[in-house]
Amino acid sequence: MTEQELKIQEKKAAQLSGEQTKNELYFAPHVDIYETDQEVIVIADMPGVVTDDLDLSLEDSILTIQGRRLPPAQSGRLILEEYETGHYLRRFTVAETIDQERIAASLTDGVLTVRLPKIQPLQPRKIEVQIG
Amino acid sequence: MTFVRFTDRPPFRNPWAEFERIRQGLDELSRTYIERGKGQGLANVYPALNMYEATDRLVITAELPGVKVDNLDLSLEGDTLTLQGKRDRRQSESGISYHRREIEAGSFSRSIALPVKVDPEQVDARLANGILTITLFKASAATPRQIKVNAE
Repeated sequence: MTEQELKIQEKKAAQLSGEQTKNELYFAPHVDIYETDQEVIVIADMPGVVTDDLDLSLEDSILTIQGRRLPPAQSGRLILEEYETGHYLRRFTVAETIDQERIAASLTDGVLTVRLPKIQPLQPRKIEVQIG
Repeated sequence: MTFVRFTDRPPFRNPWAEFERIRQGLDELSRTYIERGKGQGLANVYPALNMYEATDRLVITAELPGVKVDNLDLSLEGDTLTLQGKRDRRQSESGISYHRREIEAGSFSRSIALPVKVDPEQVDARLANGILTITLFKASAATPRQIKVNAE
């Protein structure tokens, strides 16, 4: 199987709800979102973010993913700059009813995985009729 | 009404002054454009790199989300640094439906020429939280030497 070659994906500025007072860059992370019978899974590329600086919230069915990134260590004069570093922010409206208590998230190799379990509709209960 | 005194005018008009003014304006425009668009579109081979130079070392950083250490290869040959690796496609489970697919999987290979001679024995590379940091120490011939000035 021949593998496709990775291309540079342009970083897009995130849509902020208001203007920032600080002049900081926010990018919208690239995401994959998919759905199984049980859950909705969101995968986001957020290189440079550590778990402590990650903020996740689900409010009024709006999922907000926010990651603050440490400023790159100043290690001399910048002689080549092909990418910019900034924080990450992206919001989604989740249509399904999500079980807020069981949301799980993990961060590995700069990739965030959020699992949003759906609330299962009540199973119709079978009532067995005993023959007396 | 502003009153322009005759003496405020230059003694004779330079016919090229207007061109000069336009040129300066264009220079300024392209400068701000470059500053704004910096980092975008400069590189066309993955991954995009940032390079820092200190007196004794070069630091190269790249964003490689989802790339495992085992799938990353670095090699240094003379002044050429080569980065190779791949990002695995996730196991696609059965019975899933995609809403969005923006993350790509695949392999990459990039070589860059280093601006200075480096010591091949002293290379440090680490991958943490999806950020690769390569520290290369300059060869002793390329490090600036302090020259002491003696007073007589």
